[in-house]
Amino acid sequence: MAVTDGADVESPRTTTKRPNRLFKNMTAKLAAIPMIFTALVVFIGCTVWTIYHSFTKSKLLPAPDKWVGLDQYERLWSTRRWLVSIENLAIYGICSLVLSLLIGFVLAALLDRKIRGEGVFRTIFLYPFALSFVVTGLVWQWILNPQFGIQGVVQRWGWESFTFDPLNNPSIVIYGILIAGIWQGSGFIMVILLAGLRGIDEDIWKASRVEGIPVWKTYIFIVVPMMRPIFVTALVLIAAGIIKVYDLVVAQTSGGPGIASEVPAKYVIEKMFQAQNLGQGFAASTMMLLSVLVVLIPWAYLEFGGKGRD
Amino acid sequence: MNLYKATTAAIAFCAAGAVSAADLEVTHWWTSGGEAAAVAEFAKAFDATGNNWVDGAIAGSGGTARPIIVSRIIGGDPMHATQLNHGRQAEELIEAGLMLDLTDVATAEGWADTVNPTSLLDSCTVDGKIYCAPVNIHSWQWIWLSHQAYADAGVDVPSNWDEFVASAPALEAAGKIPLAMGQQAWQSSGAFGVINVAVGGPDLWNKINVNKDADAAAGPEMAKVFEAAAAARAMAANSKVQDWNQATNLVITGQAGGQVMGDWAQGEFQVAGQVAGQDYTCLPGLGVNEIISTGGDAFYFPKQDDPEIEAAQKELAKLLLSPEVQVNFNLKKGSLPVRGDIDLTAANDCMKKGLEILASGNILQSGDQVLSADTSTQIEDLMVEFWNDPSYSAADAQAKYAEIIADAD
Repeated sequence: MAVTDGADVESPRTTTKRPNRLFKNMTAKLAAIPMIFTALVVFIGCTVWTIYHSFTKSKLLPAPDKWVGLDQYERLWSTRRWLVSIENLAIYGICSLVLSLLIGFVLAALLDRKIRGEGVFRTIFLYPFALSFVVTGLVWQWILNPQFGIQGVVQRWGWESFTFDPLNNPSIVIYGILIAGIWQGSGFIMVILLAGLRGIDEDIWKASRVEGIPVWKTYIFIVVPMMRPIFVTALVLIAAGIIKVYDLVVAQTSGGPGIASEVPAKYVIEKMFQAQNLGQGFAASTMMLLSVLVVLIPWAYLEFGGKGRD
Repeated sequence: MNLYKATTAAIAFCAAGAVSAADLEVTHWWTSGGEAAAVAEFAKAFDATGNNWVDGAIAGSGGTARPIIVSRIIGGDPMHATQLNHGRQAEELIEAGLMLDLTDVATAEGWADTVNPTSLLDSCTVDGKIYCAPVNIHSWQWIWLSHQAYADAGVDVPSNWDEFVASAPALEAAGKIPLAMGQQAWQSSGAFGVINVAVGGPDLWNKINVNKDADAAAGPEMAKVFEAAAAARAMAANSKVQDWNQATNLVITGQAGGQVMGDWAQGEFQVAGQVAGQDYTCLPGLGVNEIISTGGDAFYFPKQDDPEIEAAQKELAKLLLSPEVQVNFNLKKGSLPVRGDIDLTAANDCMKKGLEILASGNILQSGDQVLSADTSTQIEDLMVEFWNDPSYSAADAQAKYAEIIADAD
């Protein structure tokens, strides 16, 4: 983007001759070549390569000549671990999306009321984001440990029957991971949304005050719709975090108890490198790509295609 | 003058470096106290030959280290030597021509005559050529029993698996965990393999794992094995630890009756100052079938262009199997040596039991030797779910297991 802007500044001087369109903005085009090349080779090229090899029986090394059709996909969808992974990702994804936005927005709105010590609170809320997922996972592993964590402390206070051990209970373990994920991520979303709130013109607030509209109504019916681009940014960041969730699970439960907290990214990594079965790993990663596209394409169509640019 | 001196010194230094033979970078995942001491024996012996052992330890278990090792070899940045488990993990690397052929060293040193059991060397052999140097034998088929736990519960220490199962209610009544189990996949799968050999017998194990007989895997004998595993699962229900050494610690401190774990567990008992026979008992083959599997570690040497390095690699391969190094290394590691012709009088009771079984030839191949990494991981996935989910019935797990064996390669 910045490159194009720079070239635009220079263009008035060169347009006097009305040059060939191909050579228009030559510097910008030259400067974009590395990125175009990267996009073509690394993103598209490697994606095609991966998808192709997901139809082969590649083991430790890629074997482009051992074509097996859809075998890898059949095996993938009959594997319990994969099905559990997908289910976990769906639960984690939906909850994390809703809660991150909700908590992030509420915190941002509270900070936006010009409270005293805003800087302190902002730092506190944002601080977890400075920790890596591995550290976050380990911290929450201890907090949720039944002997030393919350359960142990409450029991020592005298409430003997209190149980709260999500990480040891297969049916709710994914929520234990969710807590850690939200603790880590919602501060960041708060900061982004706060920046958006600060971008709202002061006159809007003045106008709504003159009209006598309550504050909460102003937020929901006026400010939020105006912040649409900011929400889209936040949404994309959260969604990317959801799809790639891996290190948090590894640090907190390593997929356990049993296979109750497995996630797709972990399946891909382990099939590719531990099980020495590239074909199966590629098939799983292709399914992940497909699921992203299923969400992305209709959205992109609605956003950019349907109504044209206005 | 100073410059002159410095230059000559530098030249002399470089020249000396070139004359003394090569630096070899060796990767392995032996990072715990006992393991590091054992690998230092290799380094010491290799440095004594005038070469230089550059240690490339990778923290974490084999599961972490193997992908790093393999990707370095495939990626064109191979180390000079590396530990792997002997078996099928390096099969494709050998077929792709990335590993050094050690056949001439093996012939000159007569490995074929000294390595015992010979299946270890077979695991290193592809198309009649030898590609790795086995260094030790680790076996899975052990149960470790806490004398204190049984004394507290007022029952005798069991001498086989059936007695162990029978004593479980007494232990539970005394507030003990009958069976300590870590919850990681490899432990679930390993313990199942041990129960399989003990309850079903070695023939059944061979039929399924070596011949990949899916009918046997779905058969009534195997059903008994799964029932036994389900019973073991109930005994381990209260053992909420992750790592194997935490589970071993439950046995050492008398909180748990026993643990099914490989012979590396005795290092933990040793560190805790416990004595075999007095504080703990080890039963090979769960006291039913006295048999051990012969998995273990081997060194592979990725191919290099430099003939000097290749010479040093072969020197190292030769050294790893020399009698003296084998004794020093295995005593520290707590594993069994790969040579049948050396004397290990310093070994402790449990190790001696293992050596006797090895000498009598009651051996099985290890899972690493007969199953591909892909199949092993599928079994691990199944087992970790089975052991941690009490609602997963034995029959369902067996059906899934038979499917995996039918697809195994």
